[in-house]
Amino acid sequence: MGFLEWATSPWGQHVPIHIAWFLIWVSAIAGLIFLMVHATYIRYFAKPRVFENNVSPLVAARIPERVPRHSLTARIFHWVMAAAMFTLLFTAFLPKVGVRFDWVTYHWIAGTVLTASILFHIIHASFFMDFWSIWPDRIDMRDARRRILRFFGKPAPPPDKFAKYPLENKLYHGAITVAGMSAIITGVFMMFRVRTIFFPRNPYLFSDMTWGLMYVLHGLAGVGLIALIMVHVYFGLRPEKRAITKSMIYGWMSKDFYLEEHDPARWPVADPAAPPSKNSEAKIEGVTDVG
Amino acid sequence: MAVIRDVMPAFDLLQPNSVVDAQKLLQQHGADAWVMAGGLDSFDWLKDRIKKPKVVVDLSGIEELRGVREAGGGIEIGAMTTLSEVVNSPLVKQRFGLLAQGAELAASPQIRNQGTLGGNVSQDARCWYYRAGWPCYRAGGNICYADTPEGRNREHAILHADRCVAVNPSDSAPALIALDAKFVMQTPKGERVVDAEDYFIGPEIDITRLHILKPGDLLTAIRIPSTWAGAKFYFEKVRDRNAWDFPLLNVASAMVVSNGVIERMRIAVNGAAARPLRLKNVEDAVRGKPANAATGEMAGKLAVQGAIPLQFNAYKIPLMRNLVKRAIGGVEEATWVS
Repeated sequence: MGFLEWATSPWGQHVPIHIAWFLIWVSAIAGLIFLMVHATYIRYFAKPRVFENNVSPLVAARIPERVPRHSLTARIFHWVMAAAMFTLLFTAFLPKVGVRFDWVTYHWIAGTVLTASILFHIIHASFFMDFWSIWPDRIDMRDARRRILRFFGKPAPPPDKFAKYPLENKLYHGAITVAGMSAIITGVFMMFRVRTIFFPRNPYLFSDMTWGLMYVLHGLAGVGLIALIMVHVYFGLRPEKRAITKSMIYGWMSKDFYLEEHDPARWPVADPAAPPSKNSEAKIEGVTDVG
Repeated sequence: MAVIRDVMPAFDLLQPNSVVDAQKLLQQHGADAWVMAGGLDSFDWLKDRIKKPKVVVDLSGIEELRGVREAGGGIEIGAMTTLSEVVNSPLVKQRFGLLAQGAELAASPQIRNQGTLGGNVSQDARCWYYRAGWPCYRAGGNICYADTPEGRNREHAILHADRCVAVNPSDSAPALIALDAKFVMQTPKGERVVDAEDYFIGPEIDITRLHILKPGDLLTAIRIPSTWAGAKFYFEKVRDRNAWDFPLLNVASAMVVSNGVIERMRIAVNGAAARPLRLKNVEDAVRGKPANAATGEMAGKLAVQGAIPLQFNAYKIPLMRNLVKRAIGGVEEATWVS
């Protein structure tokens, strides 16, 4: 049982044609196992999280009650991308597991929407957002080391609170970027093989070997996305992450959650000129207990 | 690629003598089993060593799958009934002459003596790239060699192409659709009866099959209701060699005409797409109109709406338009339009 399907081209070349479809189940089961292991760990074994407390009461007092996290534009992008991604996954893999329907047209239309939204996101994130906020930085690496050492019971100082995005979130973004861009770039070229409104078909754009590798990469990215999306949805539904999920709907998270998880020095949201927010004294008291 | 070899790859030959036994074998072997009716399509695949099944289930010994009989006012034809038996059946000829015409135009007399009705409607595509064993979409690959600027696609699809541009080659299929036939299948979940037009599928639904039969399924009979018995029938097949060839296009229609006006009609064409096409828009458009050349002209134009020719098969568009026109207006009234 190979991971790839091979064929002999008319020119006698042994070329890959696509991935073996059992990998769909491998990815889905791997995603499911991760979910179960993580849920079990959190439920029965996880210790309370401990962060370095470096939030000054003065700064905390200036945090607004509703901390803006995602702009309307970013939220629209996220949900458009999600709709396109789900459409792509269902139209790609349901026919492979026996649900027959006219999937190709829906697939390339959803792929076009995803491509357009990702292009928009790249421009938006590069020029209108804090581009580096989603990429791991030096403190993330240091804190990851500290968290691992503490996990294994070794002495290490507590990690800092997170910047706008926790390291796990940043790593997930990196993984989805690699898988998503692989699927998008190969998918755009694969549109030369079907009838679309964009360009004339040209199945001879590449050699059979290059096409085969492109189909393989598209397939691998696709099955990888099955597990990645399962994990994403799982975390979006977890109770302790609900504030983050809600912020992707409403655009803001509560001051409590912000101070509990995030470091104002790494993700500043306070307006220095603003007066201390309502009930700030009580909140500051609660915050100091976290560390 | 494909080289005819006289020695077929080794397989287990299973010869059940009842439908129940055949079903058990098919369910037991699933996708490893190859269902063989008359063998005319099967032996091509096997001798070319392109299909290499582990098991061949030969249906020729199942008597209950043979014969034409009256049933529920119409007729029921066993899937293993040969095309010659269909052509010569008084029941078919007297009431459903359209099917007799279509079956008689399939292949040659020798082939009709061996080929079965079930095999004729279930045969695979005749695209030579696919038949040659190249890794095209229909063979599970990722390319259509026929739908390329230089691909040999004179016989291929003008309608409903989706990556693969192969066409369905059956002559009896459009006649059965025009007669509103029902296909009876035994599946692992029990008996399933579908309208003739729903038996066939295009590449958008499943690019590797021309029909809905899955591993473990068996087509056992075709029932033709009395609805269209004795109607005005028209069948025409256009092919390169009149002695013996697959259709470039064919058309089958059943029409009830009263005082020169079309009361109702069913019409289907094959050779235009990967499945025989029932032209429902034409049927709706001609209802209540006179059965003459003008109506045929209008219907012909309607029939080819949305057609997209490939590099070498643009001729199929006027051909289909004229066949539909002739099916409605009659050969005498119709004039050829290029």
